[in-house]
Amino acid sequence: MTPNAEFIIGESKAEGRSLVLTEPISFWGGVDPKTGKIINVRHPQFGAKIAQKVLFIPATVGSSSASTILLELVHCGKAPAAIVLSEPDAILLLGLVAAREMGWTTPPALKLPASQHGQFSNADVRIETDGSLHVAQV
Amino acid sequence: MTVELTAQEREIAAGEADEGSAMAMRIVTEAARLLGAARLIPIQSAHIDGAVYHGDSGTYFAEKLVADGAKVSVPSTLNVGALDLMGCSKQQLSGHEREMAGRMMRAYRQLGCQPSWTCAPYQAGHRPAKGSDVAWGESNAVAFCNSVLGARTNRYGDLLDIACAITGRAPYCGLHRPENRAATFVFDVSGLPSQFFENETAWPILGNLYGRQAENSIGVIDGIPGKPSEDDLKAFGAAAASSGAVGLFHISGVTPEAPSTEAACAGNRAEVIRVTSQMVLEAQQRLSTAEKPDRIDAVAVGSPHLSLREIERLEAMIAGRRLVVPFYACTGRHVLQGLENAGSRRRLEESGVTLVVDTCIVVTPMLPELSGGVLMTNSGKFAHYAPGNTGYDVLYGGMRDCVESAVTGRPELTEMKSS
Repeated sequence: MTPNAEFIIGESKAEGRSLVLTEPISFWGGVDPKTGKIINVRHPQFGAKIAQKVLFIPATVGSSSASTILLELVHCGKAPAAIVLSEPDAILLLGLVAAREMGWTTPPALKLPASQHGQFSNADVRIETDGSLHVAQV
Repeated sequence: MTVELTAQEREIAAGEADEGSAMAMRIVTEAARLLGAARLIPIQSAHIDGAVYHGDSGTYFAEKLVADGAKVSVPSTLNVGALDLMGCSKQQLSGHEREMAGRMMRAYRQLGCQPSWTCAPYQAGHRPAKGSDVAWGESNAVAFCNSVLGARTNRYGDLLDIACAITGRAPYCGLHRPENRAATFVFDVSGLPSQFFENETAWPILGNLYGRQAENSIGVIDGIPGKPSEDDLKAFGAAAASSGAVGLFHISGVTPEAPSTEAACAGNRAEVIRVTSQMVLEAQQRLSTAEKPDRIDAVAVGSPHLSLREIERLEAMIAGRRLVVPFYACTGRHVLQGLENAGSRRRLEESGVTLVVDTCIVVTPMLPELSGGVLMTNSGKFAHYAPGNTGYDVLYGGMRDCVESAVTGRPELTEMKSS
């Protein structure tokens, strides 16, 4: 099955190893923009790298500085290859809007219900311009 | 959904004023699209959380707005920055990072923002009227603004907050709409023993628990004995807004939109969560990450920034004793003047307290580098963010416990009366 996600920012192809978060995350205090790693010790994916991944996020929580962290991730080349959210989070995604205003290359963000994230665990994921998600054949 | 702009908004977006305002209007419009808002509304004020240095990108963003001629069009206060411009405390930023952090703070001033540099602007004179629309950033300030003041704001992130301040507009959605401000669940604390509320940690612990239960929904807290102080509400909101995406809460009989539990629910069929002593105990335990430490390495209080009243209490608790571990008390420059006039600053510093002004210990590197360090705090927000942002493990306790522990260098914890 290849579920179709809906683009919310950008409409570009993307691919990368998947990282499916199993709990909500706060980017500020949760992700280090210099390394692109998850630094919240209480998060189940603590230590995982989000840089260049197709990042599946069930929900976002916490501080209103998430957009700056995402802007900085883009600036440092540590942003995910694509962000797949269950619900568009304007606070977070504004980081991508601002990155685009700055003229920097920005990853796309897509919307897909969290119930459909699990099937992409530990896979190489490709996103087409129609918003369809594919698991790359090994 | 397309966003309908007025003729004036379209002119701004087209760059008729200046390119900086045009960029800001495009950002606000994109935000409106992402949020599903059909139009923008005028705002009365803004609180800007965007001036803390997380990396060079934020500085470049602010400087681009300055270079392109933008200015804020409504009164706008600033949240903390990464540097203590009053010189009370030292940050470890050096060289390039220090320069970029300073440039960033300067750029936000150049955009016309007031140099309030506090996460408690509502205690520094910025108190919008009930029912007015504003655009505030900083999660604790948003929760306070909506819940305690009854003004209307969504949780504006950095970048969007300054864009709203420049355009004087915000997307009309979420908590700006009166129909979205009613509670959908009741957080019933009447089953807790009344002496629980005598613990000074009651409100941050309840806030942490409430935030986890609420996630991004709105609840009304029912069954509290007595009346919480403004500092209690501040601590509750900060803890709730760090453990959940809480932008608005109601407290029956206390907050302005909750004359009663029924009124706060406005006809919604509200699910009732009955809070038990066990739930409270678990929330308290979750706030600490250090397991039975035999020493503490530092103490930090003041997230949100301490009010004058809180610092007076702190000084009374210290009572002239010498603290043996670094003790950081974060506050705003609106409090500093009063402290200096009263001689408090000198007395606190002689006891070993470091006043941290204009910034705070989790937004900029300040604590001594120490692997396996243990930080004690009375703040639900510090407890939530310190492990990730400082590398210290956290031991949670009340202000009095923090002070007693700082005197001995060992954890001194009073038993909480939760059952």
